[in-house]
Amino acid sequence: MNDLGSIVATYVITFGSIVSLVALTIQRGRKLSRQVADQDKPWI
Amino acid sequence: MYGDNSMNNNSTPDAVGRVATTATRVIGVSAIVTMAWVIVSGLFLTPEDAIQGDAVRIMYVHVPTAWVAYLAFIVTGGASLCWLLKKSPTLILDRVAGASAEIGVLFMAMTLISGSLWGRLTWGTYWVWDPRLTTTAFLFVTYVGYLAVRGLGGSPHQRAQRSAIIASLAVLEIPLVHFSVVLWRSLHQSASVLSPDGDIKMDGLMLFTLFSGVVAFSLTFLWLVMHRQRLLTMRDVIEEKGLEVAIRERQMEPEGSDL
Repeated sequence: MNDLGSIVATYVITFGSIVSLVALTIQRGRKLSRQVADQDKPWI
Repeated sequence: MYGDNSMNNNSTPDAVGRVATTATRVIGVSAIVTMAWVIVSGLFLTPEDAIQGDAVRIMYVHVPTAWVAYLAFIVTGGASLCWLLKKSPTLILDRVAGASAEIGVLFMAMTLISGSLWGRLTWGTYWVWDPRLTTTAFLFVTYVGYLAVRGLGGSPHQRAQRSAIIASLAVLEIPLVHFSVVLWRSLHQSASVLSPDGDIKMDGLMLFTLFSGVVAFSLTFLWLVMHRQRLLTMRDVIEEKGLEVAIRERQMEPEGSDL
């Protein structure tokens, strides 16, 4: 495959960023959820 | 106690960390499966382009990230406009707008980076002050400013009011970015799939992989918006309850105690 470095860099940056944001969101959600009562979580 | 890191008295142990629901789990798993397919197909299964060679593989992530960035900013603008028109007492629309803008900024940054890497391979340079690239960079900066304004002080309703006005105006930039390749002479290629003549000049598997990328990234956007607006809801609840506690404590202090 030609231009391998740029292609792999694009995929790593894109999917790495998405995975990082998802992980951050889950972690932050767990932390905040411990501090909020169930009745203040309309989605439950 | 709100704002405390300890377990809330009203929270059951099962509810701790419960931000996900069945719907978001289904969306999340679907996004992972379609993303895995996009990576495998985009890197290994799809053929080379006749002109660009392997560099075309960047398209399978570049186009979907740009699509999600547009989608996110349109959702932000739409939710903000609805909030301004309805003046709903609940802040759900404001939170959806804020969550969507956060995701949009990240995806716009990814679009700019992947576009630069693709430009290096096809144009021989990472960046040119081309109409499409310049308007995209301007759109990115606008929404970074929008997020900065959301972070300013004030009550949640004040935040919603000022940020909704900005988002309602900022969304008008999107048609300018999209049609910049038509309005001005641009180095950036015009639309390949949604071209005005409706003629799609792309191999079947390439088109399917591109479409899968759009679906995968859209599902990811949906999952992120649902989760992040829930985070904003919980953050607002913590701030409101914390403020109530502080006011109550202040009222209970004997007069002149601060002298």
